[in-house]
Amino acid sequence: MAPPANEERLRKLLLRGLAGEALAYNAFLGETAAFLRGFLRRRLPRLPDEVEDLVQETLLAVHNQRHTYDAAQPLTAWLHAIAKYKLVDLLRRRSRSDALNDPLEDELEIFAVADREANDAKRDLDKLLATLPDKQRLPIVHVKIEGLSVAETAKLTGLSESAVKVGVHRGLKALAALIRRTS
Amino acid sequence: MNTEELVRLLAQNAEPVPARDAVARVGVATLAGMAVAAALMVYVLGLNPRLGTEVALPTFWVKVLFAAGVGLVGLLAVGRLARPGGSLGALRAALVLPLLAVWLLAAIALFAAAPADRPALVLGETWKVCAFNIAWLSVPVFVAIATAIKAFAPTRLRLAGAAAGFAAGGVGALVYSLHCPELGAPFIGVWYVLGVLVPTAIGALVGPRLLAW
Repeated sequence: MAPPANEERLRKLLLRGLAGEALAYNAFLGETAAFLRGFLRRRLPRLPDEVEDLVQETLLAVHNQRHTYDAAQPLTAWLHAIAKYKLVDLLRRRSRSDALNDPLEDELEIFAVADREANDAKRDLDKLLATLPDKQRLPIVHVKIEGLSVAETAKLTGLSESAVKVGVHRGLKALAALIRRTS
Repeated sequence: MNTEELVRLLAQNAEPVPARDAVARVGVATLAGMAVAAALMVYVLGLNPRLGTEVALPTFWVKVLFAAGVGLVGLLAVGRLARPGGSLGALRAALVLPLLAVWLLAAIALFAAAPADRPALVLGETWKVCAFNIAWLSVPVFVAIATAIKAFAPTRLRLAGAAAGFAAGGVGALVYSLHCPELGAPFIGVWYVLGVLVPTAIGALVGPRLLAW
């Protein structure tokens, strides 16, 4: 059973994050990562090495699809659906059909266990990031890693400000697609 | 990159994200698909030449309302299933309402008719092409709806595909009704229903592949 306190607290953090508060959004993603890790670790007892990669892939999906969160909907249901979708997607790709015997229907379990002990991810996102075209890679490096503003990045790269924003957006989508293709 | 670094990256300079209405977005896509279907219908099949006089008949409106009803509840279902974790809930019952209504009217019409006239009421003059025409007219609508919902990350792909096919079938039937010369509820209850079920089944079939993200 999900502690409703987590649902309410994380929901507020996400809504503030969607409004543009980076700190609240950081807290939301950090806590979500811990819950995802707890959820996925119990779901993948036979694939412990896959857990951290899948946590990262799911976090990226949560970020890329954050516009699909409907404030009228419980966060638990939304997050669970994304985590389950990514989990089933991974299992299908690995065609480990035996691991699918568990029906995965326990909807409220997503907030059951937070696991803050991260293993190392096997997949190196930096390497995947390096393969993106410059018009996506440079905006991500400057805006999302170095923390420059969109205007500063535009000046530095010669791209327009809207091209920088689009580059970040498309680049993170492309990164998610690369992850799916390479795992 | 470890997970903590990824979290920092994703949150860094995170822009505000405006809420987007899935139903509105799907509605716009549907109108675009419907315009293409209507153009194809006029170009390939032609408008029903008796349309001007038939619009005065209640049976014409049974046909139109059935198709529009299927399209409308289908779109609501698509809007629900478009997002992660979306489910049909009470809409499940609403989806069969247009079907039940047209079958009720068909039963009444068949009951009132002389037994010898009943086959003609069901078959009309165009039973051979009706479902096929509805199905192909629904293709542009289906493509438009599928493209629109993919951006909302559906997670139940088979169901979302079926709902998209159902909605597209309803819109395709609506467009086709402006060509179709048939007027009886028994005809609609069989061939229009079949014309909607074909894209629904195809949608369920291609959904998992087409809508994956």
